[in-house]
Amino acid sequence: MSTFLSLTVYGLADGAILALAALGFVLIYKATQVINFAQGEFLLVGAYLFYTCFVIFRLPLVVAVVAAAALAVLLGVLVERFILRPLVGENAISVIMVTIGLSSVLKSLVQLFFGTSVREQPKILPTTQVKLLGVSIQLDRLLAIVIAGIVLVGFTIFFRRSRHGIAMRAVADDQPAALTMGISVRRVFALAWALAATSALIAGVLLADLSAVDQNIAAFGLVVFPVVIMGGLDSVPGTIVGGLTIGLLKSYVSGYADAGLAEVIPYIVLTGVLMVRPYGIFGETRIERV
Amino acid sequence: MATATGIYHRTYKAELALRHTKAEFARLIIMAAALVAAPSVLDSYWLGIVNTILIAVIGAVGLNILVGFTGQISLGQGGFLAVGAFTSALLSTRAGLPVPLSLIAAVLVTAVIGAMFGLPALRLKGLYLAIATLASQEIILFVVKRWGFLTEDKGYVDVPRLNIFGWQIERETFETQWYWVLLPITILAVLAARNIFRTGLGRSFMAVRDQDIAAEAIGVNLTRAKVTAFAVSSGFAGLAGGLAAHYTEIVTWERYTLDVSVLYLAMIIVGGLGSVAGSVYGAIFMMVLPPILTDLAEALQDTAPFLSDQLPAIKNAVFGLAIIVFLLVEPRGLDRIWSRVKDYVRFWPFRY
Repeated sequence: MSTFLSLTVYGLADGAILALAALGFVLIYKATQVINFAQGEFLLVGAYLFYTCFVIFRLPLVVAVVAAAALAVLLGVLVERFILRPLVGENAISVIMVTIGLSSVLKSLVQLFFGTSVREQPKILPTTQVKLLGVSIQLDRLLAIVIAGIVLVGFTIFFRRSRHGIAMRAVADDQPAALTMGISVRRVFALAWALAATSALIAGVLLADLSAVDQNIAAFGLVVFPVVIMGGLDSVPGTIVGGLTIGLLKSYVSGYADAGLAEVIPYIVLTGVLMVRPYGIFGETRIERV
Repeated sequence: MATATGIYHRTYKAELALRHTKAEFARLIIMAAALVAAPSVLDSYWLGIVNTILIAVIGAVGLNILVGFTGQISLGQGGFLAVGAFTSALLSTRAGLPVPLSLIAAVLVTAVIGAMFGLPALRLKGLYLAIATLASQEIILFVVKRWGFLTEDKGYVDVPRLNIFGWQIERETFETQWYWVLLPITILAVLAARNIFRTGLGRSFMAVRDQDIAAEAIGVNLTRAKVTAFAVSSGFAGLAGGLAAHYTEIVTWERYTLDVSVLYLAMIIVGGLGSVAGSVYGAIFMMVLPPILTDLAEALQDTAPFLSDQLPAIKNAVFGLAIIVFLLVEPRGLDRIWSRVKDYVRFWPFRY
């Protein structure tokens, strides 16, 4: 029972961060129809931006977060403007490949500036043990779940209620119609990339705090794909369900079976889901016209 | 007949010819001469690079059949290469099959497995398919990594030096002998790919790429076209993987990660999607780039020592930049650039 509970908490913490990473991915896909293979590298760059502000420049925690977020937003907007916009209307292969190229460039830039060794960063979240139903669990995992939860709920409300959120949904639904209603599609595209970069930054910093500041953060980006397929590429609530499911699944499999199998189990689930529901569990079924 | 305004044919027979102009014949002769002269001109380091290019060409042509000609995005090339490599290595070492037979077996096994992983393509398109093939890559890699009996729990398979019916590859002439093994196989593979697109099957692939619903409406069997495209493409990958296994004489899963799939996709993007010649140019470009960067860093050792310290990162950055620049500047790749150069020369001094 105690193993089960701690595995659950670890799985939920992982899943919550996964959901954050997947959120950025879904934001970009929904608004701009771009599959961003560089999502993991956005997490990586986010974590290192925060590291630079917090450890190297010794900024106070809150200022460091804001400064890193500002830089991440700048990066997101620049990438959209200079790399993705020229490819609007090109086929899916080109768009996928350009984000793969981008991921390679971002990763090697981080490597050029920071090297490959693990960087020391003081823990932000308290690592004290707390008793939960008789099981001791590290507090930082619980706090990571809470932070990710707040951000996810915030984004969901933003989408449902705010002007910009509704504009983004309109663009996602029908671009020409949104244009005729006076929505600036360009601004929405830039906003989508900026928000995605921010959520990736938060996910990256949380992940770095729970594990370590090193290149492995980027590998987390690949697990985003099973998550978004579970949730459907264009569903925001779907990412939460998908993230938590995949996080728990990985945690249980590595706890009860073996860690190697846990790496591949998301992909097996993914293949299974795609066989039964080609548009994911919460994804919108598209009807094609010739 | 080639004139400044285009190529005109006077007989049906002339139109059916593979090469129409004198320039095409001249290029063919120059290329043949260069290929024959290569082993005596190049030192064994560069000949080794040429050999890896020859293997890469087969894999790139195979991937282009699937991605460029049939329009099915695949991130699973690394996995299929692994299937070919492991099949041929295991059959020739454990089952004692002669290498030519084990290579044929590798092609067939990989084709079957490719067709199997291609089945999701029947219902999936574009981005969802890309992710499904990513899953197949990870699953195949997991299998070759974790099934201990494949490698007898060593984590790798040792492949003995190539010996085809008594013809032994020697250490001193390793690269030259391999060159003469690989060259004919690669040429045959490229010709086979060219010929596929002169048949009904190949045309149906292209119809599926251009508009799959319309293709189905005019009578193309979508299921058959997609599954065959996956099988044919994986067959090429199996051949490339098998050859690589015997050439490098060791098979480990580390050589077949997602990075390899991405490298092959980069080859066909840089070379030109939907062009057999483009896959060849792309494979050459991507395989020659790293050694040239290494040489460059060595040459600049004294003025800029950080270049050689940071070489792996710089190689990755240049690799990513090459993909981005090609997609932004010339999405149709080196093949299109080459044909523009030819047009420029043909129409000179006119602009077009």
